[in-house]
Amino acid sequence: MTAPGPANGWWGADDLSVRFGGNIALDHVSFRAEPGRVSAVVGGDGAGRTTLLRCLAGALAPASGLIRRPGALVTGYLSAGSGTYPDLSVSENLAFRATAYQIPPATAAERGEELLARAGLDRARDRLAGQLSGGMRQKLGVIAAMLHRPDLLVLDEPTTGVDPVSRSDLWWLIARAAAGGAAVVLATSYLDEAERAHTVLVLDAGAELAKGTPEEIVAAMPGTLTVADTRPAGEAGRRAWRREGRWRVWDPADARGNPSADASGNGPADAPGNGQAVRPDLQDAVTVAALARELARAGAAEESR
Amino acid sequence: MTEVPAQAVAVSRAFGPFVAVDQVDLEVRPGEVVGLLGANGAGKTTLIRLLLGLLRPTAGEIRLFGEPPSRRTRRRIGYVPQSLGLYDDLTLEENLAFSAAVFGEGPEAARLPGPLRRYGGTVVGSLPLGIQRTTAFAAALAHRPDLLVLDEPTSGVDPLARARLWETVAGAAAEGAGVLVTTHYMDEAGECDRLVIMAAGRVVARGTAREITGDAHVSVVESGSWAAAFGALEAAGLPVALVGRTLRVPGAAPDAVRRALGALPATVTSAPATLEERFFQLTLASDTTKGHP
Repeated sequence: MTAPGPANGWWGADDLSVRFGGNIALDHVSFRAEPGRVSAVVGGDGAGRTTLLRCLAGALAPASGLIRRPGALVTGYLSAGSGTYPDLSVSENLAFRATAYQIPPATAAERGEELLARAGLDRARDRLAGQLSGGMRQKLGVIAAMLHRPDLLVLDEPTTGVDPVSRSDLWWLIARAAAGGAAVVLATSYLDEAERAHTVLVLDAGAELAKGTPEEIVAAMPGTLTVADTRPAGEAGRRAWRREGRWRVWDPADARGNPSADASGNGPADAPGNGQAVRPDLQDAVTVAALARELARAGAAEESR
Repeated sequence: MTEVPAQAVAVSRAFGPFVAVDQVDLEVRPGEVVGLLGANGAGKTTLIRLLLGLLRPTAGEIRLFGEPPSRRTRRRIGYVPQSLGLYDDLTLEENLAFSAAVFGEGPEAARLPGPLRRYGGTVVGSLPLGIQRTTAFAAALAHRPDLLVLDEPTSGVDPLARARLWETVAGAAAEGAGVLVTTHYMDEAGECDRLVIMAAGRVVARGTAREITGDAHVSVVESGSWAAAFGALEAAGLPVALVGRTLRVPGAAPDAVRRALGALPATVTSAPATLEERFFQLTLASDTTKGHP
């Protein structure tokens, strides 16, 4: 079912489940997007990000649970991979959207010009969308989705495969929409991007793996993390993964220590020595959550043998 | 002397009047992972095609294992393109068998790595992207190449799967292969022994991430109302980026940022630039000095 308005300050989903035939695409997922904030939905291929975003945009009905979203005319949606019409020019794409969202042509032209200029697309306004580079096409897709200044802006992987310069333009557009009061939801597989969002939901195989502000997710990570120059032998090796040319080793049992160094790359110049504890960042915390789930599944499979 | 897997010496490549690669020097030595970074249009893909022998340079020289690119050198290269280069309508097993046969390898080269075994009989097009990427790696590595060329190998993959793909790359390097890898994901630069940054066809920086970042700084703005601060900085024409509830302004000193904020209550500090921020400075600087279309 669908409930109106963020009377209590949020759009989103409550206890949402979606099934495709016998497959569970989303399993009791709750998610909130607040006006003026950027919320990130993170996960790999098949995690359920697109399904959640389609529900929020009103493109898919859930099997159970509550969706709270604004009306179609005040929702903006960029679907994964195809947010533009390849046979229309950049200007025509925007003009077409303006008509669909009932914005006066003069207003649409003024807003469109400003956003195109800021995103470096103004010299491409007569090119066909199908002939744009991947980054330019994604920028056009985001501009088209936010042109009518929606209350809820839903962007499915706007930055996947996009080069860093276009990515920076896209983030400017995202920040601009949030600064204007929109609740922005974006799906991404990049955790450095999620770290820039106000709140984050991490999905894995349709279920919630972690959620909260990036700081909360990091603080909730169980156990401790150390760095090693080589992959540890035996059992600890299964809890190790490669990062920045070295190994992170997760120990679920340890009480949380007080790591002396930050290995995020932005911290103090001295890298922690072999076996030293590190303060985790969002990427570490999410990797630990995925690893813990994988190890638990492997353990359960062994026991049932 | 050990032979160098890949070497570009003052290589240029023009398409009509457009110079896509402009006097580039690059070397990939055995056992080393070299990261090639650049915006779209910087010339990375053209450089890779030159190194693979798919394009001829208009000036300069490409050497693979000390000789010009040929079918013989191609046999010693493993290549994973952005599009993965797999056959969607063949099973995973058939893909690996085909790739092994193309390189003249026996059936042992087509053996599936452990994590892929359960998918062996499945048509590749219906598998999740992470599995497809792992398959493309297996296909590229089966003939034990001495040079591995990877074009955005981890795009769209979750962090744990990404860490495992890098483990595979590091394993190949540890066995002596030279690796050239492009990525748009600056966090992965830490997996590379050296980085080469291209902009507008030229190499604009090279070295480790720390060497490239150097002592570049950005201004950091913390304000009760980030939206108002964003508007003020934007109006002043400053390049402002939102990170959580703080704003980062590359290439602008704290004084200039404070002036732009006017009466808005905010704290402005200076912080070391990230590699990504340094990358923008290098890329933008190169854009204004070169008149490329």
